Amino acid sequence: MTTKVSGPEMKSLHFQPRTPATTTGDKVVGAVSHTALTVWTLIVILPLLWTVMSSFKTSSEIFASPFALPSQWNLDNYTKAWSEAGIGQAFLNSVVVVAVALVIVMVLGAMCAYVLARYTFPGSRAIYYLMLAGLTFPIFLAMVPLFFVLKNMGLLNTLPGLILVYVGFALPFTVFFLFSFFKSLPHEITEAAALDGAGEWRTFFQVMLPMAKPGLASVAIFNFLGLWNQFLIPVSINAAGPRVLSQELAAFAGQMGYAVDFGALFAAVTVTVVPVLIVYVIFQRQLQGSVSQGTSK
Amino acid sequence: MTVVKTKQSRNDDGLAAVVPVMAPPQLVVKRRRKPLTWDKVSFFAVFLGLPLAIYLLFVIWPFIQAFGYSLTDWSGFSPNQNFIGLENYAKIFTDDIFMKAMGNNVLLVIFLPIITIILSLVLASLVTVGGSSKGQIKGLRNSSFYRVVSFFPYTIPAIAIGIMWGQIYDPSGGLLNGMLTGLGMDQFKDFAWLGNKDTAMIATMFVIVWGFVGFYMVLFVAGIKGIPAELFEAARIDGAGRFRTAVSITIPLIRDNIQTAYIYMGILALDAFVYMAALNSGGGPDNSTLVMAQQLFFTAFSKGQFGLASAMGVVLAIATLIFSGLVFLVNRLTGGDKDVSL
Repeated sequence: MTTKVSGPEMKSLHFQPRTPATTTGDKVVGAVSHTALTVWTLIVILPLLWTVMSSFKTSSEIFASPFALPSQWNLDNYTKAWSEAGIGQAFLNSVVVVAVALVIVMVLGAMCAYVLARYTFPGSRAIYYLMLAGLTFPIFLAMVPLFFVLKNMGLLNTLPGLILVYVGFALPFTVFFLFSFFKSLPHEITEAAALDGAGEWRTFFQVMLPMAKPGLASVAIFNFLGLWNQFLIPVSINAAGPRVLSQELAAFAGQMGYAVDFGALFAAVTVTVVPVLIVYVIFQRQLQGSVSQGTSK
Repeated sequence: MTVVKTKQSRNDDGLAAVVPVMAPPQLVVKRRRKPLTWDKVSFFAVFLGLPLAIYLLFVIWPFIQAFGYSLTDWSGFSPNQNFIGLENYAKIFTDDIFMKAMGNNVLLVIFLPIITIILSLVLASLVTVGGSSKGQIKGLRNSSFYRVVSFFPYTIPAIAIGIMWGQIYDPSGGLLNGMLTGLGMDQFKDFAWLGNKDTAMIATMFVIVWGFVGFYMVLFVAGIKGIPAELFEAARIDGAGRFRTAVSITIPLIRDNIQTAYIYMGILALDAFVYMAALNSGGGPDNSTLVMAQQLFFTAFSKGQFGLASAMGVVLAIATLIFSGLVFLVNRLTGGDKDVSL
């Protein structure tokens, strides 16, 4: 599927055997287009740059002028945000929770999608629609009962509880995406594996899973972003537990009214934004491909 | 070309929104029933049983319970739950604050998807067909830079976006008022964008649009690139200008993507909890940015009225379903389906 974007169609959009003369109309359109896109790019990027710049200023400097450069570039705000405000601990919690949940959901989701896509058995359709239901209902509806489900299991306000809930809510998307992927893999290969004496387990882990790598990578990226950015689930069922990044950030911003340290707040936001942004810039080609795969087409 | 719509996926349109279109039906080789082996039994138990158990326990069961709770007066921490029928729903629909919140959600649902989609469609069209009108159809030079940068906000946690814009809108030290006064518009000195009931909602909507335009732009760019170049060329030979091409070729052919985008944005607009919580946690001046989800959260976790909160959740879920149904209906009535199958 990835070939679709980088395949022959795209080439024919970009490949030009000769350079035709550029007309004035084209120049005007080109200039207008570039202007419009540049304006939007500035709207996107200026707030981010301003946030990074402000993260080096003291509160009084921030109030004095929104544009003035910080009088000295030091990492005081970052140290404050990282240790005093607990952003460091929350960052690590987030990394652990998201990493564990991501691994579990990818394995379980791939297994479930594989079974649903490659075997017909009574009820397989029903399970498929059950997964669909989980995608269409708003998470909000589940929060109140979920609170008590976890409470009864003793998992309320714990990271393992959070991980399990993350897995549950990321599962339907994972299964859907991989369902169509496993469906499209050729049947001959499973049969060849069976003839060679591979059991069901072995066929999956040594034959099918490696073949599904491109699909797995795309889903993993979306799941990562979704879980890393998750806010509602942690504030509902982990309110008193070890906080994850989005929670800590909200708590930090919430108490700002009393202990104003805007420099540290900007530093906290920067710490949250920059790592993911860097990862995105590195993997952006892969991601642009997945967007087209992941939605409707 | 790539829009392989099978008859089956057309019947259950609910799928099309969230699911990549299924591969064309494969030839399933009928095998003779083999005896059950340990390999097979353990395989099914783990591969199907484990994910399903987690899913049922943490997703489906709470959803079902929510409907049950919504019919009780349960306060969460007392053991007694009295069945009170639809009383909670009656209470919700006579509660002025909740109705105000619902009105705000309706405003969001009307404006957010349209603004986001139009803006991202325009940007996507500029990137893909903004190039020369002679010879091969081509995109704008160096346009991948715009595409990469526009996608940035999608990678930022919503709560961070909210906090960041809260600072940008800050009346005295914020970037926005700094820029406006810098341009000589002194009336904006100390203007509280989020503290004024006429501007709070618009300012909030802008933040959400800012966060999603890039994502949908990338989605639409991919959709437009999936259209065979011959179609554009044919239109051009027939004398269609850029605008005409965009309206008559591009939009009908990426209609499915637009519908998906519309539904995603609508569902987001019905929720919008994170943005509202970050920008105006109390509901804004005169409750002008209060949304249903905030009211639900407050009712459940601050006031402890879990029965009432569950009823609010059900209302929210039904609103979501009605919205998705409407989008499908409108798309169907305007002839969406026949246009997309090339």
